[in-house]
Amino acid sequence: MNSESNPLARKKQRTVWLLSLLVLGMFGFGFALVPLYDLLCQVTGIQSVNVRNATINRAEVSQADKPQGIQSRTITIKFDTSVHPSLPWEFEPMQRNLKVHPGQLYQVNFSARNRSSESITGQAIPSVAPWQATPFLNKLECFCFNQQTLAGGESVEMPLKFMISNDLPDEVRSLTLSYSLMKLVQPAGNASSGRKG
Amino acid sequence: MSYTTTVNDPAHHDHTPTGWRRWLLSTNHKDIGTLYLLFALAMLFMGGASAMLIRAELFQPGIQLLDPDLYNNLVTNHALLMIFGAVMPAAAGLANWMIPLMIGAPDMALPRMNNLSFWILPAAGTMLILSFVVPFFPGGGTQINTGWTLYPPLSVQVGMSMDFLIFAIHLLGISSVLASINIIVTLLNMRAPGMTIMKMPIFCWTWLVTAFLLILVVPVLAGGVTMLLFDRHFGTSFFDAAGGGDPVLFQHLFWFFGHPEVYVLLLPSIGVLSHVIPTFARKPLFGYKSMVGAMIAVGTIGMVVWAHHQYTIGMSLGAVTYFMVGTIIISIPVGLMIFNFIATMWRGAMTFETPMLFAVAIILMFTFGGLSGVMLAVVPADMQYHDSMFVVAHFHYVLMPGAVFGLFAGVFYWLPKWTGHMYDERLAKIFFWINVIGFNLTFFPQHFLGLAGMPRRIIDYNVMFTEFNAISSIGAMIFGFSHLLFLYIIIKTIRGGEPATSRVWEGAKGLEWEVASPPPFHTWESPPKIGKEVA
Repeated sequence: MNSESNPLARKKQRTVWLLSLLVLGMFGFGFALVPLYDLLCQVTGIQSVNVRNATINRAEVSQADKPQGIQSRTITIKFDTSVHPSLPWEFEPMQRNLKVHPGQLYQVNFSARNRSSESITGQAIPSVAPWQATPFLNKLECFCFNQQTLAGGESVEMPLKFMISNDLPDEVRSLTLSYSLMKLVQPAGNASSGRKG
Repeated sequence: MSYTTTVNDPAHHDHTPTGWRRWLLSTNHKDIGTLYLLFALAMLFMGGASAMLIRAELFQPGIQLLDPDLYNNLVTNHALLMIFGAVMPAAAGLANWMIPLMIGAPDMALPRMNNLSFWILPAAGTMLILSFVVPFFPGGGTQINTGWTLYPPLSVQVGMSMDFLIFAIHLLGISSVLASINIIVTLLNMRAPGMTIMKMPIFCWTWLVTAFLLILVVPVLAGGVTMLLFDRHFGTSFFDAAGGGDPVLFQHLFWFFGHPEVYVLLLPSIGVLSHVIPTFARKPLFGYKSMVGAMIAVGTIGMVVWAHHQYTIGMSLGAVTYFMVGTIIISIPVGLMIFNFIATMWRGAMTFETPMLFAVAIILMFTFGGLSGVMLAVVPADMQYHDSMFVVAHFHYVLMPGAVFGLFAGVFYWLPKWTGHMYDERLAKIFFWINVIGFNLTFFPQHFLGLAGMPRRIIDYNVMFTEFNAISSIGAMIFGFSHLLFLYIIIKTIRGGEPATSRVWEGAKGLEWEVASPPPFHTWESPPKIGKEVA
């Protein structure tokens, strides 16, 4: 069977070589996917972590270029709060809904009250839905930039100043800003850096 | 039609090895096929044992028998043993046995490579079992609690058992790639004169498509787990976000393999059905060309819809829409195959021997699993069903009927040909009914569990799920132990029974029925002539 002159053996050999090359090629393709993956994500819009970061950076750059101005379109922004069960606080937005124009500055107050008798430190973590709108919600002043310490029974009003960027995509007509209030177990002033949002 | 002129006396051949040499050094497609099937049977029982433990634990809420890591290790082990240990080798065993007989070839094209591709398997199986066993020894590290998908970052943190598993996957991959190359070379070059590619029996067509799928996707999985190995030991960060990698990339690599893999499991059984149904309906297969077209379409589209397993990773709307539409489109060629089978049975003179019973059960239950698959393909619905027991119910409904029952049908269909004895039809029918009822009792309630919110891969569950889980576990015990009857029937048939004729079944057509039962050690040494009647 191994004689070179046997046409069947040569045909078989040819098929084996072609298939082996295909196997090697597909093994290589697996590794080629590592760089191709980001490329594919950019082209098709499949969001990889890298691409998502890149979108956010691009948004920041582009809004610096654009002239600011108040736009006529109206965006509905909803506020939502939740408090972690371990934190004996009440935490509510003073306004649930607000109709806003991109480019204009607004202020909304949130009320917080410590129901317990001890002094407790909390930290609010913001998130925006849809997440694609996150880079377009600019917070100029926010209680979430800092940790909040409330004495027992104390209640405060905490301000949020924000502006919707002019670059907000047209398809976003409504967005939700949600705060989760967490208890800081070790309110060690500088040691634990407050998360910014 | 007297093709059997090549039947020979063994003395004519200089070596027909005996004893262990016959098996270890075998280059005979029939012996290697037998080895594959026996290996698959052993793995079926091991994978089944792990499934029994899982269901025993889930019989009641709370944690009774296992600890959470061991539970997840069993889930991982069950999937890998069944997919790589049982179903794929069993399908390869059928291919080895039947393809040369069906196309009139004396053996596989590359007999020595055939030997290698089988004998890698016991080594790979040992590695696979070691990956389960190693954590029980001092210094063995943690258990593999990732599930068979091996997603990082968890799979990077698992102990050394993951390394055993990665090498087991490498070996299994090499074995199935070698087997696939062998099958393609055989099918393309060794067909009897006059058998054009469009006259090839449909089982051969399904294996041609399957082998190409394996060659295209298994190396990508091998690459993926190699990167995992590098991330674990050599300081790379392919999948580590802290080092600039992306864990989601592994999911893409895995499912680029994993989705075509389900067609790898399904297609050989579709091939078996395409022989069983015409035989027992006593009509030729309806729509040969459309079957070929449908399976090529399934293979092609199946290569590019993998991300429907990952809807929840946060892809853009455009991407998920593409994967959703692509996935739903696959149901068209699959539906075509089902309709072809129904049309073959239509007005046929049907009898219901065990292979046919399995075939009818497959058509009913595989279609059911296919429909729950369409539900899962729809993005907003999948957001709800993702990682729930509904998914478990869905893929067992496609893989048990679609793959395993097809293999059972094939075993009962060809067992008289292989052994020369008829199997015990009465016992086989009892096995069928216990098996099918046990299967439905096990997996049907899991649809309800999943829709009600029970997640998969978790050892404990809310007490509100108790009743359905208890039913499912009882069903699983019936289902699991019914396979002992299967084993008994096979042993009984090998040891003796009513002698089988060479045609075995009244309606059987094709070259494999022209050789004696059991076939002599060497067949088709001079190729048969293909007339018009074999198509």
